[in-house]
Amino acid sequence: MSATVTERAGGGARGVVGTRMLRREDPALLSGEAQFVHDLSVPGALHLSVVRSPHAHARVLEVDLSAARECPGVVAAFSGRDLLGEWAAPMPCAWPVTADMQTPTHYPVALDEACYVGDAVAVVLAESAAQAQDAAASVSVSYEVLPAAVDLADAASDRVLAHDASETNRAYIWELAPDAAAVERAFAEAAVTVSERYVQQRLIPAAMEPRGVCVVPQPFGGDFTVYSSTQIPHILRTMLGITAGVPEGRLRVVAPSVGGGFGSKLNVYAEELLCLALARRMRRPVRWTEERSEAAQATIQGRGQIQQIELAADAEGHVQAVRVHLVADMGAYLQLVTPGIPILGAFLYHGVYDVPAYSFTCTGVFTNKTPTDAYRGAGRPEATYAIERAMDALARRIGVDPAEVRRRNFIAKDKFPYASSGGLLFDSGDYDAALAGALELADYEGLRAEQAQRRAQGSAKLLGIGLSSYVEMCGLAPSRVLASLNYAAGGWEAATVRMLPTGKVQVVSGSSPHGQGHETSWSMIVADKLGVSPEDVDVLHSDTAVSPFGLDTYGSRSLSVGGTAIAMAADRVVDKARLLAAHRLEVAPEDLDLEAGTFSVRGTPSRAVALGELAFAAFTAHDLPDGMEPNLEAQATYDPENFTFPFGTHVAVVEIDSDTGRVDLVRYVAVDDCGNQVNPLIVEGQVHGGIAQGVAQAMWEEAAYDEAGNILTTSFADYLVPAASELPSFTLGHTVTPSPSNPLGVKGIGEAGTIASTPAVVNAVVDALAHLGVHSMEMPVTPERVWRAVDAARRTPTGGTS
Amino acid sequence: MIPAKFEYRRAGSVDEAIGWLREDPDDAKLLAGGHSLLPLMKLRLATPGVLVDVGRIDGLSYVRDAGDHVAIGALTRHRDLETSEVARAHAPLLARVAAQIGDPQVRHRGTIGGSLAHGDPASDLPAAALAYGATFVAQGPNGTRQIPADEFFLGFLETALQPDEMLTEIRVPKSGGASAFQKFNRRAQDWAIVGVAAVLDGTPRVALVNMGPTPVRARAVEEALASGASAVDAAAHAADGLEPPSDVHASSEYRRHLATVLVRRALEEASAARG
Ligand SMILES: Cc1cc2nc3c(=O)[nH]c(=O)nc-3n(C[C@H](O)[C@H](O)[C@H](O)COP(=O)(O)OP(=O)(O)OC[C@H]3O[C@@H](n4cnc5c(N)ncnc54)[C@H](O)[C@@H]3O)c2cc1C
Repeated sequence: MSATVTERAGGGARGVVGTRMLRREDPALLSGEAQFVHDLSVPGALHLSVVRSPHAHARVLEVDLSAARECPGVVAAFSGRDLLGEWAAPMPCAWPVTADMQTPTHYPVALDEACYVGDAVAVVLAESAAQAQDAAASVSVSYEVLPAAVDLADAASDRVLAHDASETNRAYIWELAPDAAAVERAFAEAAVTVSERYVQQRLIPAAMEPRGVCVVPQPFGGDFTVYSSTQIPHILRTMLGITAGVPEGRLRVVAPSVGGGFGSKLNVYAEELLCLALARRMRRPVRWTEERSEAAQATIQGRGQIQQIELAADAEGHVQAVRVHLVADMGAYLQLVTPGIPILGAFLYHGVYDVPAYSFTCTGVFTNKTPTDAYRGAGRPEATYAIERAMDALARRIGVDPAEVRRRNFIAKDKFPYASSGGLLFDSGDYDAALAGALELADYEGLRAEQAQRRAQGSAKLLGIGLSSYVEMCGLAPSRVLASLNYAAGGWEAATVRMLPTGKVQVVSGSSPHGQGHETSWSMIVADKLGVSPEDVDVLHSDTAVSPFGLDTYGSRSLSVGGTAIAMAADRVVDKARLLAAHRLEVAPEDLDLEAGTFSVRGTPSRAVALGELAFAAFTAHDLPDGMEPNLEAQATYDPENFTFPFGTHVAVVEIDSDTGRVDLVRYVAVDDCGNQVNPLIVEGQVHGGIAQGVAQAMWEEAAYDEAGNILTTSFADYLVPAASELPSFTLGHTVTPSPSNPLGVKGIGEAGTIASTPAVVNAVVDALAHLGVHSMEMPVTPERVWRAVDAARRTPTGGTS
Repeated sequence: MIPAKFEYRRAGSVDEAIGWLREDPDDAKLLAGGHSLLPLMKLRLATPGVLVDVGRIDGLSYVRDAGDHVAIGALTRHRDLETSEVARAHAPLLARVAAQIGDPQVRHRGTIGGSLAHGDPASDLPAAALAYGATFVAQGPNGTRQIPADEFFLGFLETALQPDEMLTEIRVPKSGGASAFQKFNRRAQDWAIVGVAAVLDGTPRVALVNMGPTPVRARAVEEALASGASAVDAAAHAADGLEPPSDVHASSEYRRHLATVLVRRALEEASAARG
């Protein structure tokens, strides 16, 4: 069985790729020396404070700024109307998923109508952050409170409209039904059907560093440097230019150290636009740092869906069709990629299973709540959750073990590349091996035996075992596919590799890390290509002046797309160096071997020249072959031909206190396959964090709103992000099935843990309770929910329904 | 996260602190560990004009064997209570409760005086003080007075302390080991959704965390026990006469249920400890 913790996976014979190199990023982060936006010292900066609507839906009748303007330190205060002239366009949504999508006009500061608690209605600029906040408290806004569309199902009925002037809350209906008739037929002929409804609660991304922006006007010429805690400096630059009407070339966007994003910093936010427009207007630097409670309102939220999934199967549980209807909560406005998030999952609701007929429909619906957008996994965790819970429901229905039902339906190993009924080409996979590995690591047989024993003894500690087999599509994204989905940009990535005269190497990356360890991984890839030490490779990124082209970091794309670009650029440097070496050694290029950074003549190894010497020669340019340009530098832009499809199986084991409903996650096993691993230590780190975040959705986290649309979970005392104390030690295993989609053979791993773990945990909870007649369970699985479910089942001795 | 403007004064003695409180009874607040007050100030839910820092007054951080009782200085940090040999020997419930407050950072800053004076029904030490039948010593402009724990917690975040009084000492009658604390929360560092402190030395005393607007005794349980009821039967009365809150963590109904489970467990644990 190949599912063991791999010390070396997919590395070259002697290289560093595949080794557990420590992350070079960590010393600065751990010692506190890393500089985040808030740490930047910018003399003369004005501090922005945003006055936010306390109502979920209200007409803004009057904004009285007179008292605020009199406050100490205040330099200016503006309403939405005052700033209207600053905008060349409303805030951007880059993903109009349908031609007729409804897009409410969205300005950084609302004009006449506030559409969620937290919608900006005025801004104050003062000499200090404290003065700005004091003054913000004296801005007086009169509102006419309007009915609010808060509950998603209710909003979908159009009973209350989220935008006063609109006729419906529907943003769009998006359909994927390659063969609708086949789906109908499968359901008509099915021996067994399963129909389940699940709710994906809203989540607060809760990055360790809240957002922050600082915009510094440069002397003369109208240039601005924008420091932002963002995942997307390149996309942000373009969008800021379009929205604020600044020629793009005048903007330099820098993302200094960024303390996590999880998708929430893959966006263009009001405060980024405000700092830019106000710096332009005031001719002074303007800065803003988000507060934790403010983030609960002002930063996008994740998930927010009602899912209806139906399976049609034969009597043995072979699934013949999957039909899905989603209602997706957009929130009050469409942020950068809001409408596309559910669509990123649209192709995956049949999961790892060989399902011949498939249809999917999503209705995007506006509510008077904070906009939703990308959050770790973005669409794919929701899809995996629905299919994996439904497969357990199917297993219960036909009375077979959940592992067995999965085995019966897996896409077989020999079917790859696999053309899915949703229209994708799954690159490579061996789902059985991952399941087998996970079951073995978990001692599945032993767990089932213990469970049976506890049930026989009537133990108050209920044991539940949950499985989740997943596949995801990542490595966003082939530009042509994005075009077919009507996304406004491409999905390529750019890289430059240059050797400096001293033989040191600089790598410039267009992807923009915020905790993933790009610098370490990129240095390893280049070190192996060039035969140098990783310490001699510097990695530059996250500054549009340094890396003019890039499409940034999200969707587990950095390694499979950005890393590939880097490998390609390194290969080009080697190619050029080889020509130079051949010239100097007076042999044909094909007769040279490159090893450990030295070209030597095949058969005569004493005739050799080191890459470092070649770099210096290329720099002096005294003796280059005719036509060769000086310097060893190469640029590459890689546009993937396909997504990559990581997969695996996770096993969660829970223990439930039947008196209180308390759920303890006691064991967790994950076997993931992300193809070749550049650095298994980083892979494990991503899996650990991903699991924690997915388990958090299952058990703790929910952005809770009251009926009036006030968010209730605005601090970490109420929004429960788990800590190490809540989680068991994870048991990790891996299989390695290289991806044929890229030359590195890699797949993404940044989101896999989050995608797989949520259904594993909820399946385990239902598994623990199923014998009592409990089959449905909503997230988060709070002790109260479990207690109520058990209590209700006890009151109906015949057992509950599913 | 930026508090409203306030004036900061550091008191060198209890008298100095009380003097400043007296000057500004409506607007001045004592600052001890700051772990209840500062979060409220940062959210601007509390906006005192004057902050009187008593955190560095000497001689108010101690846990002493005072004969028939244990005397605890109001500025004793949770961590010092948790690790005090005197507390472990003679008021073990307090040491155990202190060990479960928040996380290590909170326990190294928060003080017992602050926890009691804040009067938060969700806090743990007040319930332990009630279960022990502790007495609080308060100092004001006219000297000191003693307030029984049962008369101290008056309403939500409201205590018997006058605006110009400072809590200086907590006196806990010595007790053996027959006590238990049950805290139910969803993450290790959280406040209790419901908590139960039970002391079975002598007359049984049971107090509850987060089961109403104040820390509160489970009188119905105590009465049932006094008339010989079993732990299970007595625990069934845990929520009698109480109206626990509903919030994002739990409904009132669930808290009532939890109270019965946790009281039973606390009683069983305490009597097991009695041996
Ligand atoms: C993250 C976090 C988690 C926590 N978890 C828990 C928990 O699980 N259980 C729990 O019980 N508590 C918890 N707490 C609260 C913590 O125990 C506080 O330290 C304690 O409640 C207050 O003590 P303090 O010394 O910090 O008081 P301060 O915040 O300084 O003061 C609190 C109030 O008491 C007044 N005051 C302070 N000292 C005196 C005095 N000597 N005389 C008169 N008035 C005084 C102040 O004026 C103020 O009104 C938590 C706090 C945090 C921040």
